[in-house]
Amino acid sequence: MMARSEIAGALLLCAGIAFFALLPGYVGGYGLSMAINFLMFAILATAWALFSGPTGYVSLATVAFFGIGAYSMAVLGETLPWAAVIAISATIAFVIALLVGLSTLRLRGVYFVIFSFGLAELIRQLVNWYESTHAGSVGRYVFLDISQQQIVWQLTAVLALVLIVGWLIGRSRVGFALRMIGDDETVALHCGINITLIKVMVFALSATFMAVVGAILAPRWTYLDPSIAFNPNISFQVLIMALLGGARRLYGPILGVIPMVLLFEYLSANFPHLFSVLLGITFLAIVYLVPNGVAGLYDTYRRKWRERGVAQPAREGSA
Amino acid sequence: MAFLDALLNGLTLGGMYALVAMGLTLQYGVARIMNLSYGEFLIAAAFATYWLFQLHAINPLLALFLVVPVAFALNWLIYQVLLNPLVKRSRTRGELEVNSILATFGLLFVIQGLVLLLFGSNYFSYTYINTVVMLAGSPLAMDRLLAVGFAVVIGALLYLALMRTRPGTALRAVSVDPRAAQLVGINVRAASAMAFALGGGLVAASGVLVSMFTTFNASMGVVFTMKALIVVIMGGAGNLLGALAAGLILGLAESFVSTYVAPGLTLAVTFALFLLVLLVRPTGMMGRAEA
Amino acid sequence: MTLPRHFTRAALGLCVAVSLAASPLWAGEVPETIRIGYAVSDTGPYAGGAGTTITPNYKLWVHEVNEAGGIRIGDRQVPIEVVAYDDRSSSEEAVRAVERLINQDEVHFVLPPWGTALNLAVAPVLHRAGYPHLAVTAVSNHQENLMSRWPRIFFFLSMSSHYAEGIVDMLTELRDSGEIEGRVAMVNVADQFGIELANAARERLDAAGFEVVYNQAYPPGTQDMQSIINSARQRDPEAFLAFSYPPETIAITDQAQTLGFNPPLFYTAVGTAFPLYKSRFGDNVEGVIGIGGVESDSEAMMQYIERHTEVIGQAPDLWASAPTYASLQVLQQAIERAGSIDHETVVAEMENGTFETVLGEITLDGRVYWEGWQVGQWQDGMFRAIAPMDRDGASELLLPKPDWR
Repeated sequence: MMARSEIAGALLLCAGIAFFALLPGYVGGYGLSMAINFLMFAILATAWALFSGPTGYVSLATVAFFGIGAYSMAVLGETLPWAAVIAISATIAFVIALLVGLSTLRLRGVYFVIFSFGLAELIRQLVNWYESTHAGSVGRYVFLDISQQQIVWQLTAVLALVLIVGWLIGRSRVGFALRMIGDDETVALHCGINITLIKVMVFALSATFMAVVGAILAPRWTYLDPSIAFNPNISFQVLIMALLGGARRLYGPILGVIPMVLLFEYLSANFPHLFSVLLGITFLAIVYLVPNGVAGLYDTYRRKWRERGVAQPAREGSA
Repeated sequence: MAFLDALLNGLTLGGMYALVAMGLTLQYGVARIMNLSYGEFLIAAAFATYWLFQLHAINPLLALFLVVPVAFALNWLIYQVLLNPLVKRSRTRGELEVNSILATFGLLFVIQGLVLLLFGSNYFSYTYINTVVMLAGSPLAMDRLLAVGFAVVIGALLYLALMRTRPGTALRAVSVDPRAAQLVGINVRAASAMAFALGGGLVAASGVLVSMFTTFNASMGVVFTMKALIVVIMGGAGNLLGALAAGLILGLAESFVSTYVAPGLTLAVTFALFLLVLLVRPTGMMGRAEA
Repeated sequence: MTLPRHFTRAALGLCVAVSLAASPLWAGEVPETIRIGYAVSDTGPYAGGAGTTITPNYKLWVHEVNEAGGIRIGDRQVPIEVVAYDDRSSSEEAVRAVERLINQDEVHFVLPPWGTALNLAVAPVLHRAGYPHLAVTAVSNHQENLMSRWPRIFFFLSMSSHYAEGIVDMLTELRDSGEIEGRVAMVNVADQFGIELANAARERLDAAGFEVVYNQAYPPGTQDMQSIINSARQRDPEAFLAFSYPPETIAITDQAQTLGFNPPLFYTAVGTAFPLYKSRFGDNVEGVIGIGGVESDSEAMMQYIERHTEVIGQAPDLWASAPTYASLQVLQQAIERAGSIDHETVVAEMENGTFETVLGEITLDGRVYWEGWQVGQWQDGMFRAIAPMDRDGASELLLPKPDWR
């Protein structure tokens, strides 16, 4: 049986899919660009929160998997069919994430954060070194005739998939176990949960989605090199968006992605030269005024609404 | 000959890394602020030095005495105004880490944006000292030697201050366990503010010194933040000697790999070493097990 | 508070129908102003290069055109209006910024971003919308392929092999005349341009029978060059070739100077011709060889350098700045000759015409400017072109390079 909120969620998901599926008929290149940008971050942030949300392990390795996907497409895109490349990129990311997951089990807190960052940089350096010494050039040209609308459709499908998978995990025993790990790993261990298996599998699953996004987006840039594919800014942006939205809920990251994508766009379109300063100030303001993320804000509203029985919006002061 | 060159070069490079990381180890180890805008402060100090030197003919070593106190005061203010509310709001250490990541990420953009507005996006570089010292037939650049010398002096002073003085002991106590420190009558907020400000002063000092021999522009802060983070985490957060050792190891590794293996692999080796250390010792070389 | 246009569009743009840009409504008529748009890296890793080579020239050109009343179309002088964005050195940002310029701001022409990567990222967008693309700072050995793919793209700096050829031919000539024996040390940045240069150079050096005593690549962003310089120095080369990028070009020169490494031929690539290089090393630049160079007895060029310094407050890059400015002059003259801002007509003019520019009289035969200088050398405070050696306007090579002071 589904709860009311789940039915609402399913309806919203269908509406969302329909919206993006029909979008290319109505908007021009710029609208599609915006849609791609939104979808890209929505998938990455949701996938990021699949693992990092409930467990509290903050990962900066997003771009490592994104880059692996992008590189798979660049290397194989012209020789293999598109679907095969996507499958290969997903597999590579899955395997690497398994290895990484298994080796980092003992790391906690900031040590894990910086480790994951170091990992992304290591992969980038190795790719760079390999390309320059063995492949004979660092840049790769990706000439695939994939239009913007196809990219929008592909990304929409992936977003739907990641949300459905996230929902399935959330209501399963795995989701329960994940939340328990986040609350207290020792307790979870004593409850007989196979911590290692669950953590590593979910980490690898989230990495798979990230790689698929990279593979889908690569043809859009024509030219790819390690500093484009493994740009650490992507990891940071995803982290920030997911945390801002609220990483402990499935829909949370998307609530962070929407305002951030619009804010980035608004500032770079209207204040290109003050972009940094204004972005920083807005960012600080958000951190102080929306302490529990956008999802938290929504919860606070709903609770107040119920308590008072009247719709009287009030700002929740910081706890 | 080649060996000695590589050794000396590795030592100067490592000393520089240690210098850059020392401030962060205070900010993260004691004040528990995961400061993503750390490198922007370094770049800001480098620009301040450039400005003082080129326009006011104040030499970089003198600039040290102007820039560092200003940075100290500024960072103290930042802690009191911006970060303390976050400390109060956060219930657990993990929460504070997330909050400080978010807040200092915003700060990063503000500082970078201001530097961009003032100086633009060009590369900057100036010449102050370019003499060479010969050491057993191996040439060593004076400006780097000077930077490393300062790193050693600052590091030693800091170490003594932390180990031998009362305020230093208080800082260490806060770093080990803030709650217990409070119980024995230490003002944790004041101690944290002091540690954060000291860290800010140190990063400004390294900015001044590094600007003497590197080409920099407004967008380069993140490079230093990441180097510092890696050194700090590798050494064990909050451990000054750990940072020093990690810095030296990375510097030597880079130099030897560049000389004997391939310059193309230097950065890869840095990261591989870092990951390896964490895999063997999950809290860094000299880190304590997490409470 | 009313929301500015962009915000509303960005927020609702996903629902609002925006006209397709393939055939702009304004083609054929003469507008009140010519809207020119560009998205250049003001921040991020490309900012240094863009801020030296690209942005100052755009500003200078717009300033000069508008001071003269504008671009002449038919019998009217039409001033330029600029829309400028920051692509933050990101391919994705660059793509979206150009889409925004074309679809939202409806600019008449788009000027290119800095560097090969970003130019290639925006090329499909410009191609789809039918805009001419002056890919000035894009240097790629895949030029032919790219041009057949995008029929309105123009290249100005030729290919990487062109520059490698310049320096190796020069070395060959010196060896044949007995001035050097032929020991060469080379390093390169492990970045597309650096690798293409190094590979082309290595191939030619081997073919010509040079002894390459040291050949290594270093990752982009390397700040410490001491071990590289020391390794090269121990092998006592007669020519040291560094296919480097700006921050490392400075670092390499700086450390070569402090470590007393002074081979007869000292070559560094991108950044050697920057004003920063001269102001950083002062008299010590004398004799340093690098990529690019300017014809020192060309009056047009000297006037350009003067104007650039006066209006912008800094001297131009003496490699890619003048071609950048020349590309804008080509665009302007093509519009004037076409008497319209219709893209096809303008592109046809650009392909077929001869243009008076700061580089002298140039043609874009086959949509490429082939005549750029390959090698330059700092002599008496000016970065003079020295190769191809047999071309008019080339200065004599100064050999050996004087000692560092």
